[in-house]
Amino acid sequence: MIIKKRPAWSLPHSQVTPESVFLNRRRFMTGALAATAALALPGYGAAGSLPVPGEMLKYKKMPDWSTDEGLTPYEDATSYNNFYEFGTDKGDPKRYASALKTAPWTVTVEGECSKGGEYALEDILKPHDYQERIYRLRCVEAWSMVVPWIGVPLADLLTQFEPTPRARYVYFETLFEPEQMRGQRSAFSTIDWPYREGLRMDEAMNELSFMAVGLYGKTLPNQNGGPMRLVVPWKYGFKSIKSIVKIRFQETRPKTTWELIAPSEYGFYANVNPEVDHPRWSQKRERRLPSGLFSVNWMDTQKFNGYGDQVAQLYRGMDLKRFF
Amino acid sequence: MASSESRALGFHLSIAVLACVPGLILVSDMLYSRLGPDPGEVVTKSLGMAAFQLLLATLCLTPLRKLTGWPGWLRVRRMLGLFSFCYAALHVLAFFQFIIGWQDLWSSFTRRPYIIFGLIAFVIMVPLAATSSKAMMRRLGKRWKVLHRGVYIVAVSAWVHFLWQARSDVGEMLAYGFLLLFLLVARVIWSSAFKRRFVSGVQ
Ligand code: HEM
Repeated sequence: MIIKKRPAWSLPHSQVTPESVFLNRRRFMTGALAATAALALPGYGAAGSLPVPGEMLKYKKMPDWSTDEGLTPYEDATSYNNFYEFGTDKGDPKRYASALKTAPWTVTVEGECSKGGEYALEDILKPHDYQERIYRLRCVEAWSMVVPWIGVPLADLLTQFEPTPRARYVYFETLFEPEQMRGQRSAFSTIDWPYREGLRMDEAMNELSFMAVGLYGKTLPNQNGGPMRLVVPWKYGFKSIKSIVKIRFQETRPKTTWELIAPSEYGFYANVNPEVDHPRWSQKRERRLPSGLFSVNWMDTQKFNGYGDQVAQLYRGMDLKRFF
Repeated sequence: MASSESRALGFHLSIAVLACVPGLILVSDMLYSRLGPDPGEVVTKSLGMAAFQLLLATLCLTPLRKLTGWPGWLRVRRMLGLFSFCYAALHVLAFFQFIIGWQDLWSSFTRRPYIIFGLIAFVIMVPLAATSSKAMMRRLGKRWKVLHRGVYIVAVSAWVHFLWQARSDVGEMLAYGFLLLFLLVARVIWSSAFKRRFVSGVQ
């Protein structure tokens, strides 16, 4: 499916399937009658719906910045995660992330900016109104989801630290706390913790770049990168670093975690691109989750994950096969 | 009083039931929709894991027999090997169906090193499974033994196939690697050629 110009993305929120219906998927699939009943439910908080953990957030829906594709159910988006700080199995993050303490949470801001320092998370979020953006999330492993994120545009968040003209890149770091993150305790991990990621400044300032603090209307579950994570929807999922504790503005390009481990497999840019194969996975297609066993939910992968209109100009003149 | 015949049969059956367990778990997870949002991947991985574990179990039988002196272990060797082959065949089928959807076959098998090792393992398993019957054993005579030493290549290739998939944590792969290494080294040490050369004076 091709995402067209802004207005075409728009969709009144009432058309998005209410959370309760997704949460009740199992149940409503058990019978046609139940399905009809579930679909008829009038929205949030409907009878029989499971509460979504976390605190309710106040936010504005941004239909112009949201896809109208069907959402990946809350249960799937929060139980099938790659977050190696908690283990390499997709179920590990949900299983073990409760050990993570997300309050109080301090974010260190440093480098080429005039307002660096150590900030309490609330303080850097306070000046901003939350938005909801429904983005596609494409993993390098050839599966994808559609997630309603709550957060603030990354540009707004970063601008408050007043980056200087020398800031050409922004670097992010995940918490390093082996006591809380059991994956960091593994003696056989090849990751040099903490997890590191980075963006070019113009990528970070792009309107699509988003700093999420919630999903499905509530605060981010730990396994999804609580309390604060990046969301850059035109890049493979591993760029969207989770549980961020450090932001640094730099003049030189930072080395990122996966690039350090396997530079031939994972590049700095990691833009979604069906024309550039990964040595492990073909990137031409993706399985949109949830997928069936006997009817795999195949979709053709789109260049820049379908966000070319917003981001293609960032890479004009670059050979994307070389800068993958 | 159970005769030794019926005891052997009981042993055979219990091993068969155990070898079915990974498949039964998958079927029940399927029926109860416990495979998660990407069931194809889970099924592919579980089948690969079952094939590999049963292959290692098969390789444990000769050392077990040496250590315990009980010949019964060897009576389940063919069956376990065939179970491993069945899981491997289903694993490969699952790969085609769920992971690549029958597309990009050529590039999958030429450009992805970990797949190439899986393929090597599987391709060698085929003639081993095909010649596993008693009749084939008789027909091939001495050559049967030589042919079936191919199982060591299968095991090592399958392990490399597994290791190469590690993205960041190789702990599990190393654990299996040590078991495999132990099983291979034990065979070298127990081989008559090794004994003749290094321990002839003792024994
Ligand atoms: C044509 C041959 C083969 C192909 C194309 C193949 C393909 C694959 C693929 C794609 C995966 C990763 C699944 C995923 O992460 O989604 C995998 C995993 C695996 N395969 Fe194979 N495979 C082959 C043969 C074999 C054989 C013969 C064995 C063992 C005897 C084997 C054992 C394994 C194991 C142990 C795993 C890892 C499971 C895990 O991570 O839990 N494979 N294989």
